[in-house]
Amino acid sequence: MRYSAFSILKQAFAGNLGWKPAWREPQPKPHYDVIIVGGGGHGLATAYYLAKEFGIRNVAVVEKGYLGSGNVGRNTTIVRSNYMLPGNEPFYEFSLKLWEGLERELNYNVMFSQRGVINLYHNDGQRDRYVRRGNAMMMEGVAAELLDRETLKKMMPFLNFDHARFPIMGGLLQRRAGTARHDAVAWGFARGADRLGVDLIQNCEVTGIRRENGIVTGVETTKGFIGCNKLALAAAGNSSRVGEMAGLKLPIETHVLQAFVTEGLKPCLDHVVTYGAGHFYISQSDKGGLVFGAELDGYSSYAQRGNLATVEHVMEEGVAMIPGLSRVRVLRAWGGVMDMSMDGSPIIDRTPVENLYLNCGWCYGGFKATPASGFCFAHLIAKEESHHVARALRLDRFQRGFPIDELGAGTQPNLH
Amino acid sequence: MASLISCPHCGTRPKEEFYIRGDATPVRPAPLADDEAWHDYVHVRANPRGRIHEHWHHAAGCRRWLVVERDNFTHEVFAVTDAAAQKEGAA
Ligand SMILES: Cc1cc2nc3c(=O)[nH]c(=O)nc-3n(C[C@H](O)[C@H](O)[C@H](O)COP(=O)(O)OP(=O)(O)OC[C@H]3O[C@@H](n4cnc5c(N)ncnc54)[C@H](O)[C@@H]3O)c2cc1C
Ligand SMILES: [Zn+2]
Repeated sequence: MRYSAFSILKQAFAGNLGWKPAWREPQPKPHYDVIIVGGGGHGLATAYYLAKEFGIRNVAVVEKGYLGSGNVGRNTTIVRSNYMLPGNEPFYEFSLKLWEGLERELNYNVMFSQRGVINLYHNDGQRDRYVRRGNAMMMEGVAAELLDRETLKKMMPFLNFDHARFPIMGGLLQRRAGTARHDAVAWGFARGADRLGVDLIQNCEVTGIRRENGIVTGVETTKGFIGCNKLALAAAGNSSRVGEMAGLKLPIETHVLQAFVTEGLKPCLDHVVTYGAGHFYISQSDKGGLVFGAELDGYSSYAQRGNLATVEHVMEEGVAMIPGLSRVRVLRAWGGVMDMSMDGSPIIDRTPVENLYLNCGWCYGGFKATPASGFCFAHLIAKEESHHVARALRLDRFQRGFPIDELGAGTQPNLH
Repeated sequence: MASLISCPHCGTRPKEEFYIRGDATPVRPAPLADDEAWHDYVHVRANPRGRIHEHWHHAAGCRRWLVVERDNFTHEVFAVTDAAAQKEGAA
């Protein structure tokens, strides 16, 4: 069913009884051309583009929970392409361009909102770093603006400009950046893939990868064996565990990141703002809640919940940036487990195992990548060749000495 | 809970007193070991779910390096030993 003003009107007069489920609930077929492990944003986007752009429609997405139960439904929804390194910037800009056409493409309202992302700075060194980042973006044809303190004061008078230690001096703005409704992104891609014939198989955990003569032939699942020609892993947070089923050892550690949402408020925060003095980021959802998060809990974790010490730390950072935040009630807090890669950048590549493809290591910035990740991964699977914007994201870059270390933090996963 | 760590020297302390280095299982190769061995050591991690050993530095306490054995799914801590003591024990 296509959504349109007319279909809404028609349903309104029919008592809204005619809406159909957005996707089927098929039983697994014995064999697929491609099986994708993981029904998160990236797995679903990969399936969609495989069918839509590359004509491979005999595809299944196998998800251990329900679609969107992983990070795609747990993130703080920030979409931006203000990266600095040549291996990253063109990739994330490709993604932002796909975001700009996504609703039309999917015939689905993902509530993509280009409200602008502002990174605050607090000293001369940080300003210079943001100037450099802005310049790097402009060299790739991506607009960036440096805002001074006075401009910011007019835009956001509630910020703590005169903090004793971290006074706000200015910020770097990317206007085209913003937010999107995370669940809707998963649902939109799921519906799009389903309409093109992709089987979305929920509540089906992959428990083993079957290989014959070194070649992958299918997956063992809680719904039995399913055969395939090609197997694609997009199991964010659990990549090491799924990879291990095929004997892979990856440059990844799993860490937990928490996020928070407050009670609904009247519109007060027009942009996404990040606090350069720490690692705090905040925006206001369309429903009115303030959505925010900060750093990892620090130690490796597979628990989809964090610890109170980190909750306290996040609140401290938030209140340091917006003192008024101390009077707002937090409604919910949750955690997501993510692949933290050794250089902070993702991996889209073939693996040493034949017919096994890998999409992992998104750290805590992978939501914005969802469309490009799906497109590039589908390109790789279909054409056996990296898409040109994803060429730097190869698995062997660590070995070859070409890490993409956006932060310059070294091979220390909990610092990225 | 991993927000409290019992240092064998200082007692039970909040995790904020520690710097967390990560997986304690990789063994540093000999200086002239081949590239593959160094790549494994620097970049590759087993990353299991369950009981793991990790290096924590008691930066705001005794400043000793510790090995914390904990479950990274339940957050339960089983043992904390001084890294030097563990090394001697292993030798
Ligand atoms: C709190 C938080 C805030 C974040 N904020 C942002 C942000 O503001 N901007 C941004 O760009 N990124 C953000 N991220 C990161 C982003 O959400 C992730 O990088 C991205 O969503 C990962 O890709 P995915 O959507 O496919 O992963 P997921 O949605 O996690 O998909 C992976 C799926 O694989 C499934 N799976 C795992 N193992 C198996 C198995 N054995 N069998 C079958 N299925 C399996 C899981 O159940 C899961 O559904 C944030 C993450 C968190 C946790
Ligand atoms: Zn101590």
